[in-house]
Amino acid sequence: MYKFLICQRYLRTRFIALASVISVMLGVATMIVVNSVMSGFSGQMQERIHGLLADVVVESHSLDGVADADLQIRLAREVAGGYIEAITPTVEVYGMLNFNFAGQWITKPITLIGIDPAGKAKVGPLRDFLDSYHSIYKNGKLVRKSLRKPNEVPNWNLSPEAMEYRRDKIDRQKWYQEQLAALDREEAEKREEGSASESENKTEIQTVAAEQPSETVIDGVPVSEPVGDISEPAGDELPASPFMNPFDNNAPQKKEETDPYALMDGRIYVGIGLISYPYKDPETGEMKTMMMARPGDDVRISTVTAGRPPEHAPYLATIVDVFKSGMTEYDSNLVFCNLEELQKVRGMISPVTGKKAITSLHIKLKDPDQSQLVVEHLKSVFPSDQFSVRTWEQKQGPLLAAVEIESAILNVLLFLIIAVAGFGILAIFYMIVVEKTRDIGILKSLGASSSGIMSIFLSYGLALGVVGSGAGVVLGLLFVHYINEIEEVLTYLTGRKVFDETIYYFPEIPTLVQPSMIISVALGAMLIAVLASIFPARRAASMHPVVSLRRE
Amino acid sequence: MADVVPVPPSHLTSVALGKTYRNGANCVEVLQGVNLELRKGEFLSIIGQSGSGKSTLLHLLGLLDSPDIGEVRLDGKRIDHLPAKTRDDLRNRVFGFVFQFYHLLPELNLIENVLSPLMIRYSTWEYWKRRHELKEKASDLLVRVGLGHRMKHKPNQVSGGELQRAAIARSLITEPEVLLADEPTGNLDVDTGKGIIELLNQLNDEQQLSIVMVTHDESIARRAQRIVRLSHGQIECLREKVA
Repeated sequence: MYKFLICQRYLRTRFIALASVISVMLGVATMIVVNSVMSGFSGQMQERIHGLLADVVVESHSLDGVADADLQIRLAREVAGGYIEAITPTVEVYGMLNFNFAGQWITKPITLIGIDPAGKAKVGPLRDFLDSYHSIYKNGKLVRKSLRKPNEVPNWNLSPEAMEYRRDKIDRQKWYQEQLAALDREEAEKREEGSASESENKTEIQTVAAEQPSETVIDGVPVSEPVGDISEPAGDELPASPFMNPFDNNAPQKKEETDPYALMDGRIYVGIGLISYPYKDPETGEMKTMMMARPGDDVRISTVTAGRPPEHAPYLATIVDVFKSGMTEYDSNLVFCNLEELQKVRGMISPVTGKKAITSLHIKLKDPDQSQLVVEHLKSVFPSDQFSVRTWEQKQGPLLAAVEIESAILNVLLFLIIAVAGFGILAIFYMIVVEKTRDIGILKSLGASSSGIMSIFLSYGLALGVVGSGAGVVLGLLFVHYINEIEEVLTYLTGRKVFDETIYYFPEIPTLVQPSMIISVALGAMLIAVLASIFPARRAASMHPVVSLRRE
Repeated sequence: MADVVPVPPSHLTSVALGKTYRNGANCVEVLQGVNLELRKGEFLSIIGQSGSGKSTLLHLLGLLDSPDIGEVRLDGKRIDHLPAKTRDDLRNRVFGFVFQFYHLLPELNLIENVLSPLMIRYSTWEYWKRRHELKEKASDLLVRVGLGHRMKHKPNQVSGGELQRAAIARSLITEPEVLLADEPTGNLDVDTGKGIIELLNQLNDEQQLSIVMVTHDESIARRAQRIVRLSHGQIECLREKVA
């Protein structure tokens, strides 16, 4: 009984103990905030990866794929049909993306994924990643409404705005070509007279090119027009431009025969990282994104055929939409294209039977928790020498593991903060024991046992731990709840954006509070407080009553 | 009283008690074979100069310290070699201590201080069940030592004499068999000191409480039934007070 009374009185009268309460509190609060933000980030990341892939992915080892998509789907449905909600065939292959920007050819390595957008949208939230389905806000103000209705099934058609842009661009190109042709004719006439030199003409052409508006501002973001594209539908009589593409000669001619604005047969959703780069506005110092290509532009894609030996297979494609997952790894690597065109270009359609080959199946389950079970089922029909059947977590194992390790290391480091608080408790308790030496002697003379004295200080430590971690939990949760407001205040105070949404792709700081994490942090802090009080408590217990009583 | 009834049996005895304090090479033999006998219901005072070992003897008798040689016996049974737990319990039930510097716990008020030995004795649950009864007992005791109006005061809010009365009340709440008082008047003025001795005398008379009092003040010591002088680590002279 006396233990609790004395412990309670010590808590009330020793203000120095408040210091340890505060240090425990701060440690606990920090851990909760950091953990919540970390798991918020990783949760968002997992959601994005999961959304891009599917619950279960069946992949063939060979880039050539396996024949007969329908058969593969039927096989999958036969063994695991009860679990499967949707299934979509895809072709995944490596490739290269070329496009012209500001007079230069930009080349990027890509992973080309042939999909059927309607099917893919059933397997994962494809719409969430496509730019045209989103409204764009800047500083809370709407700068662009979404270009497509939310219920529109993803497809390979341009949005009206992109189509308008395409028409406008092609018209201007046409006008430019006419001007060039006129110049050429003049030059030819002059040449006949033999009075003009070729070099002069060339400079003139370049002057005209420079007069073209090279940058327009759309959506508040300056968009540079791919100047080189202008020379695309070059006539035969034109002198060869250094930016000319030999294969360009065929495609535009075909277009002119029918609809001059018609899209290419290849259609793509291109990752934002492939066609843009961030830059700092020299006037305002703001970070902006330079778009090198946009929906409505044509690009060139090179990949390989599925034949043996694989051969170079280039084709032209129109950018239909921009794809933005927030995962740099994907956004600067993935290009989704129309499955049929890719199969055609790669020679994956059997000329005899008309059956189409695929490289992978993306499967959405009715219950995502059963993915492991479904994988086992699927393995029976997709033998491991030809296929790998994995859940999305397994497919992204290394990345997820890296995040987990990161957060584990961070936790260890943060726990050291609480350990520091533990040493604070130790020092303060030691002081209190020294200060209370005489009281310990008194209690012993009244018959208190050594273990009783020890438990006073142990329960004192526990009490500090409980109070400190309780306050820390409250403080941490408040911080997490108001983290975006706090971020705003910090941004205002420091004049520097603490959380830059252009870097992280999140409109606000994502947080996820896990009760199990809070409980373990609080218990850990209490344990440390008790551990730190063991040493002083033992010292108090071992004091000789006579020696303690003699102390003044 | 002692001359009316036959000699009462010995209550607390020490047999050839020796204690040596060592501090490195220095060796101080404080007690060299002390034989002392306290009879039931006796008020014994031990006098001696400071440093003569009176307090050490008292600590040994009260099991606060253990002797190097010799024995302490309670009702003929040796108690100094008992395990720590049993000795703690004996301190709580059999002995009551009164110190020169009162030694009250500064965080507790007077009635809590008086109750503290009982809090140590009983488990939380038992104490909680009997709290009203125990509190009543404590306040009765405080009233008896003349502190009925000071119960809720903290030790730093009352005078030295009052503190010592509270300390006596604390030592009495366990209904001890032996009261060990170490210079109970040492820090008090003469009149207050006399009051304290008066109280001890009264307890001795009314409750047949055995008391051992250590003091350096002969005038105070004279109030006891028997006086023992401790000098050079041994009991030197004995004097029985004639009632």
